[in-house]
Amino acid sequence: MTTDALRATPKVETPLRRFLTDFFASKLAIAGLVGLTLVVLIAIFAPWIAPQNPYDLRQLDIMDGRLPPGSKSFSGMTYWLGTDDQGRDMLSGIMYGLRTSLAVGFGASLLALMIGMSAGLIAAYFGGWVESLIMRIVDIQLSFPAILVALILLAVLGQGVDKIVIALVAVQWAYYARTVRGTALVERRKEYIEAARCLALGDRRIVFKHLLPNCLPPLIVVNTVLVASAIALEATLSFLGLGLPVTKPSLGLLIANGFAYLLSGKYWISFFPGVALLFTIVCINLVGDQLRDVLNPRLQK
Amino acid sequence: MLEPMIQLANVSRRFAKRLDVAARIANWFGAGLKDEIVHAVDRVDLEVRQGEVVGLVGESGCGKSTLGRIVAGILPPSEGTRAWHGKAIDTLPAAEARQAELKIQMIFQDPFASLNPRLRVTDIVAEAPVAHGIVKGSEREAYVDDLLRRVGLDPSLKRRYPHQFSGGQRARIGIARALAVKPEFMVCDEAVAALDVSIQAQVLNLFMDLRADLGLTYLFISHDLGVVEHLSDRVVIMYLGRFVEIAATEDLFQRPNHPYTQALLRGIPRLDARKQAFEPVQGEIPSPLNPPPGCHFHPRCKHAMERCRVEQPDLKPIAPGHWSACHLNG
Repeated sequence: MTTDALRATPKVETPLRRFLTDFFASKLAIAGLVGLTLVVLIAIFAPWIAPQNPYDLRQLDIMDGRLPPGSKSFSGMTYWLGTDDQGRDMLSGIMYGLRTSLAVGFGASLLALMIGMSAGLIAAYFGGWVESLIMRIVDIQLSFPAILVALILLAVLGQGVDKIVIALVAVQWAYYARTVRGTALVERRKEYIEAARCLALGDRRIVFKHLLPNCLPPLIVVNTVLVASAIALEATLSFLGLGLPVTKPSLGLLIANGFAYLLSGKYWISFFPGVALLFTIVCINLVGDQLRDVLNPRLQK
Repeated sequence: MLEPMIQLANVSRRFAKRLDVAARIANWFGAGLKDEIVHAVDRVDLEVRQGEVVGLVGESGCGKSTLGRIVAGILPPSEGTRAWHGKAIDTLPAAEARQAELKIQMIFQDPFASLNPRLRVTDIVAEAPVAHGIVKGSEREAYVDDLLRRVGLDPSLKRRYPHQFSGGQRARIGIARALAVKPEFMVCDEAVAALDVSIQAQVLNLFMDLRADLGLTYLFISHDLGVVEHLSDRVVIMYLGRFVEIAATEDLFQRPNHPYTQALLRGIPRLDARKQAFEPVQGEIPSPLNPPPGCHFHPRCKHAMERCRVEQPDLKPIAPGHWSACHLNG
């Protein structure tokens, strides 16, 4: 082959391009991604697209309390998903609730990812007593149920957005640490790491430029699953009354508010926030499943 | 005489699997478990002089890759010293020690695992020389082009990723990466074993061209005696972590002294001896966890005597430049 013929070959196939092609091969995953994008956009733009600001007391009317879906208010506004006992529009409440739930879920998972990833990488790369110490802490952490650890922490720390993020990070970092350590142990023994050592590159450069990028695929998968689990855990804690304060309602708190009215037939107060929570988590998991399939080297063609 | 370029003195490398807590508790009850220790390399001395090509030959599991990694500075030895131009590397100041380490580079066996799959070829080759200030950032692309041309690759492919190359091309990328830090000494660990035979010849020729152009010195690790005979000035035969014979290549192939070397040479298929039946070395290589006492080779040796079972033979000169570790030499 001449060099001209070589230059004529198609463009460089970057790993990213290959990844995108594989990812969009599944219709279910596309649906999940579209749903997730929609949810995220709603959460971001809630103040502009919600029919009502449910926490602005001037916009609320106690007379509109507990209206079924589709009712009209005195001011002529339609409550498509009904209202809660304070006369708040459920649709607006869900939009604002998504905002809190997603922010807490993504924020806590990202923070846990960074802490867990660093701990796992350090454990795998340096080995010895450092590894034993870190991994035993992880083992102890994982031997307690997540909800128990979070409950104890919140009972000690009290309520608040920052407190619940701390509790979620404390629960989740161990999963990341264990995942990244397993992958890094395999990658560390590969010859390209030995080659980097032989080239006298610094430890920090080897860990972050050579080891870390090759450990990312399983981390991305675990991350999507754990974002969903963080959102669900936060909803559970809020439902139990230990999570977010009433001034920062999340989906879990909305569900808890309507719980008392479920048996009296006023289903919408709990039901629609529940559906929103379910939809969000299903979408994240669909994306996560496809990521797992695409990034698993054993399933690659 | 010139000082050897690289010198290993009394170097050992042990790998230990320590008892875990459960096993230690079991020992309180008299389980009698012990740490498992593998002597991958057992008190060896090696000298390589400037411009030489030394072949290191042995069966799988004899410790030759471990020794190669010790020479290249990837694994620290458990005991013994490693000297570069007569100076022990671990006693040098950090900056000088790094300079010495850069002069010793390694070519790896697996052309797939030895390149970082997330980096483009240009980054793989240019990372170390830029990080160590050997080239300026502005001259980096020209430097990479030059190196790729030198190893026989088209520089227009440098924006590609390793998975887009064939095995032989990847081997060349690995060589370019090592050459980028201007080494003087190369450890080639089974560098062609994973390649097709036709590609093997091309890569071996590349090694020899580089030796002529850049004055490189090689430690060439292989299980393939044919390759070693073709390339080396001197051959070291290794068995279960120890050297059993060292000689100039021609001397070794004409007059092998150690029974193990003799057995290895009889195993080479040759065109002129088609009717001769092959005599493989009897038995398996013993477990390095529990090596036989005395001469490690005695359970497989036709000439084994009582003395071989008890006393470890030393490496002794039997002719100028020819060393062998066998009790048959007296």
